[in-house]
Order: sequence, then structure tokens, then C-alpha cells
Amino acid sequence: MKVMVCLKQVPHQDAKLDINSDGTWIQEDNIKFEINSYDTYALEEALRIKDADADTEVVVVSIGPDRVTQALRTALGMGADRAVHVNDAEAFGSDALCVAKVLAAVAKAESPDLIFTGLMTDDGNSSAVPPMLAELIDVPSATGVLHTEAANGSLKVERELEGGAIEVVELPKPCLASIQTGANQVRYASLKGIMQAKKKPIDVKTAADLGVSDVASKATIDKVYSPPKNATADILSGSTDEIVSGLMGKIKELGVL
Amino acid sequence: MSSDLYATPEHEAFRETVRKFTEEQMRPRARDFDAAGRIDKSLFKQMGDLGMLGLRYDPAYGGSGLDWSFSAVMHEELGRSDNAGATLAISVHTEMATPSLAQFGSDDLKRAYLAPAIAGDTVSAIAVTEPDAGSDVAGIKTRAVRDGSDWVIDGSKIYITNAANADWLCLLAVTDPDAGYGGFSQIIVPTDTPGVRYDLLDKIGNWGSDTGQFYFEGVRVPVANTIGEVGRGFQQQMMQFQDERLVACITALSAMELLWDETKKWTDERVLFGKPLSKMQNTQFKMAELWVQMQAARELNLSAVRRLVDGKDATTLITAAKVFTVGVCMRVASECMQLHGGYGYMKESMAGRAFVDTRLGGIGGGSDETMLQYLAKQLGF
Repeated sequence: MKVMVCLKQVPHQDAKLDINSDGTWIQEDNIKFEINSYDTYALEEALRIKDADADTEVVVVSIGPDRVTQALRTALGMGADRAVHVNDAEAFGSDALCVAKVLAAVAKAESPDLIFTGLMTDDGNSSAVPPMLAELIDVPSATGVLHTEAANGSLKVERELEGGAIEVVELPKPCLASIQTGANQVRYASLKGIMQAKKKPIDVKTAADLGVSDVASKATIDKVYSPPKNATADILSGSTDEIVSGLMGKIKELGVL
Repeated sequence: MSSDLYATPEHEAFRETVRKFTEEQMRPRARDFDAAGRIDKSLFKQMGDLGMLGLRYDPAYGGSGLDWSFSAVMHEELGRSDNAGATLAISVHTEMATPSLAQFGSDDLKRAYLAPAIAGDTVSAIAVTEPDAGSDVAGIKTRAVRDGSDWVIDGSKIYITNAANADWLCLLAVTDPDAGYGGFSQIIVPTDTPGVRYDLLDKIGNWGSDTGQFYFEGVRVPVANTIGEVGRGFQQQMMQFQDERLVACITALSAMELLWDETKKWTDERVLFGKPLSKMQNTQFKMAELWVQMQAARELNLSAVRRLVDGKDATTLITAAKVFTVGVCMRVASECMQLHGGYGYMKESMAGRAFVDTRLGGIGGGSDETMLQYLAKQLGF
């Protein structure tokens, strides 16, 4: 079985983020990056299939500049078998549909039995790429997956629904699942794994190599800014009844409800 | 300066592993380790599984055969555990109690003790200091007398880190009182050997490590447990001290870099006389000066690491770093505590804990005075 895992490298959760000079994105110089947290769960889910079946091949795929090599090396150190790095200036940071088109081209070349992605990315937060990718390659998909169980011809998944309900779905292979955080306990890359990763291949491609064109973003970001700090906070005091009454008065006054 | 030392993707990937391990397995439990007075022993097994406990050791015993740059990466990250005692407990195992065994031990001894230590199945401790002999190592009194194929050991060791968690000690004992510096031997003593007992000690800092006093009464261990040659223990221990001192510098400094970051955040949030503390010139000057001191200490540490990576003797630089870096760390802790005001004096404050934790640096692993005396000798005085 072959499992393709899509990874995005995003700013480290502890990175201090500043807006860039033209106000359209963050300043990426001199900050640390890491694998998108959602994607680490997707990778772990794939590696667990490999743990159970040594014949399984796990291929990690990422789009981005040279620095993405580090994320792929980490994934290989965790146990993935090989990597595809789409190093293409137009595709990097493109809109969800263009990203999905590039990943679809990789998927067509790889013909995986399963595709795992994170539910969303820590930086973009769109959740749009996984279902778009599934649609482009015409495979069934499930989002918000907390548990997977791979069988011969299908993948049984448990999806998280509103209110804590769980939905169980069985998808015929090939199929795609976008994995929710907390689905598993993500392993660390052991030193042995990191050293073995040196010998694992990273196949670097451009969009053109994959036969995809017109991948530049159709959406433009007009402005990125931090919400202005509002110094006018009212602190309500008094007994509980007085505070509740005061709060209700404020809500009515502001016309929130 | 560090870029050439940590240049490979493997350094970066390993740093990421240790950072995640520290953030997920250690920092959230930092105060629990303080309350327990020791770290959870199962952490050693987790670290062993990740390959963290035998970085420079022979792969034949489970090590990775790497150089000091990987050790430096690991301890820089472990130093950010927000628990100096926990960091100390780990570094005692990796850099203070096992280097002599790895370098001088027999194959049998390494298979019996080093391999399980690298795997994290056992925990080790270094037992040199005695109630009447600390930095004056040659003044130790613990005696090992040969009886057939055994050593019979009597004496006491004090301020032993990992006292409760340790499965075996790397013990320095007098084996020939008439032989001067040639009369000491390093002997592995399993802590469950009859005649070995310990009491835990109550320290003012480093609460997350189990520090104790050991007593040895008629303790029998095989002479085969001697590390290297009988009579070479003093010299071997002096070499082992180099790793101990360098790791102490690295972990203390990274802990202070974390404290500096946290203090900067605090001064942004703390409003005094109508404006944030960070907007006051006194704060800015102090923080800037501490930053400069930390940069200098970091470069000194790295210059020692670089010499070791290049296979050169680093004794002089390590000795210099031991004096300078721990001095900087004590100053950073003290100034950050001052900037935290009353909260800095609370045990729950990182600054308050750092104040008592860093004070050990000028005493443990060779006091400042011992280091300066040694350094002066190295400089031709």
C-alpha cells in the first residue's frame, strides 16, 4: 500500500510574527518554521499503517521554497520513506485551488492508495485544499478525521461532528482523509531515524515538471494587520446579581443581541 | 559563530526533536518534578528510545558515534525545560557518570553498564565528592580494599545527583593510599549492592533533582567493575570533569536565555508609574547589558565545543567558560529577579527559581576558586 501525506511548513508556533513592509503577509526572515501541526497527525496516522504493514510506503509531499527541505527531512526522520518537494515560486503561497492542482498532479504521478492531509493549516486556516484535491483526482474524501482503519479495499474513518458526535464512514480506496489534531500521539523523530533520513530521497520538482501550469494565485491579499488594541474596557463590580444586571444592560446598550 | 557548528540538517532535525520532547514531556511537568524532588525515571527510557543518551558513544553499545556538537544541541534544548534540577539529572547521566566508562571501560563492563544506560534502562550517578573533600578531589577518603577478586568499599559520598533514581554509581575511591595521584580508581557500584544506602538532602534550589548522601559499609563489588586501569581513576575523573563542566555551562546559559525572554515579556506587561517597565531606561540598559554578557558566554561555550569537535584539548576554554558563563548566569538570574520585583521572590517565579538554581554553578563541578586556580596555572602562573 502507498500512502501520500501532504505537509505544509508554517511559522513555528512560538515565532514572533511581524507584518512585512508592504503589509500583505508576515515577515518570514529570521523566524523558525515547523511542520503544520495538523499535518503531523496526518503523518503519524500514515506511519501507524506502515508500523502494522512493513510493505506500506509513505511518501510525503510539500510545496515551498528551499527551507521546506527541513520539514521533509524531519518527516523522513520520523519514518516516511521518501519525499517530493515542489519547489516552485508561483505555486508557493498560491490560493487553495492552485495548491490543490499541484498536489493533484503529484497524486496522479504517485497513484497512492490513501492520501492523508491535515484538516487545515496553522497559517492559512482555510481547510479548503483537502476536499479540492479529492475532487480534482476524483476520489472520495472525509474531513475532520479522528481515527482511521485501513482494510484491503477501503478506509474506515471516524469523523468529528459538532457537539462531540462521531460519524463512522467507510471510503473505497483510493481515498483522502483530512486528519484532525489530537487524532493520535505524534512520534518524535529519533536520532536513528534522522540519520537514516540522510539516505532517503527527496525528489525536487517544479509545477512544470508535473505538467501543471497557471498555478499563480488568483486571490490576492490586500492587507494583513493586527487587530487594534482597544483600551476602553469596562470592569463591572458588585454582587453577582449586580454584575449580571450590569452585563445585560451593556449587551442591550451595544445592541449585540 | 554557531552556524558552522550546527550546519547540517541533522543538527536542525535533532534540535527539533529535543525541543519538542522538552516542551511536551518536561516543561508541563516541571513543577511536578520539583514537588517529587526528582524527575520521572521513565523519561530516561523515552530519551533512550530517541537516541539521546549515547550521542558520542560507540554504536557497538547503542550509541550514535557523533561529536560534541550534537551533545551541545541537546543540552541547549534541555536547558529550556524550566527545571534546572531535571536538566541536571539528565546531564549527570549523559555527561558526568558515563564518559569514563565509555572511554576507558572494558568491553564486558560496557556491555553490562553502558549499553543499558544508553538505552535508558538504567540511570547512573557520579560519586566523587565527600563530606571533607569536594573540589579537593585528591582529599577523598572512601577506601576500596582488594579482597580476592572483589573490592570491599567503605566510606561516604555527598551531594550526589540522581541519588534515588540511580541504578549504579561511577565511584572514585582510594585503592592505594601510598600511591599519591596513582592511588585512585573508578569503580562501578550498583546501588542495590548490600551495604549501600543513601539519605536525600534538602537543597535551596534545583528541586527537581534527587541529591543525596551515600554510605558504603563493607560493599563488595568485583574488581572487574573497575573502569580502566586500577590506579588511573584520578586522571580519568579529571577528564570526565571536562564534559561535566561544559554541559553545566551550556544548560545554565540556555535556561538564562529563556529567563531573559520571559523577563522581557514581563517588563512589557508590567506597568509602573503609568508606563510599562520595558519603556524605562533602567530596564532597557539592564536587559541590553545582560544580552551582551550572554552572547559573550555563548561564544565562549561554543569555542570550547568547537575545539572538542576538532579533536583538540579544550581544558583551558572549558575552565574559562565554567568561571565566566556561570558568573553571567548568576547575574542574569539576579537582575531578572530584581526586574520581577516582589513576584521574583516567589518560588513560582522562574526568576526566583533561577536565582537559587544558578548559584550552584559557582560551587558544583569545581568551585570558581578551583577553576581560577587551575586557569592561572594553565596561563603560566
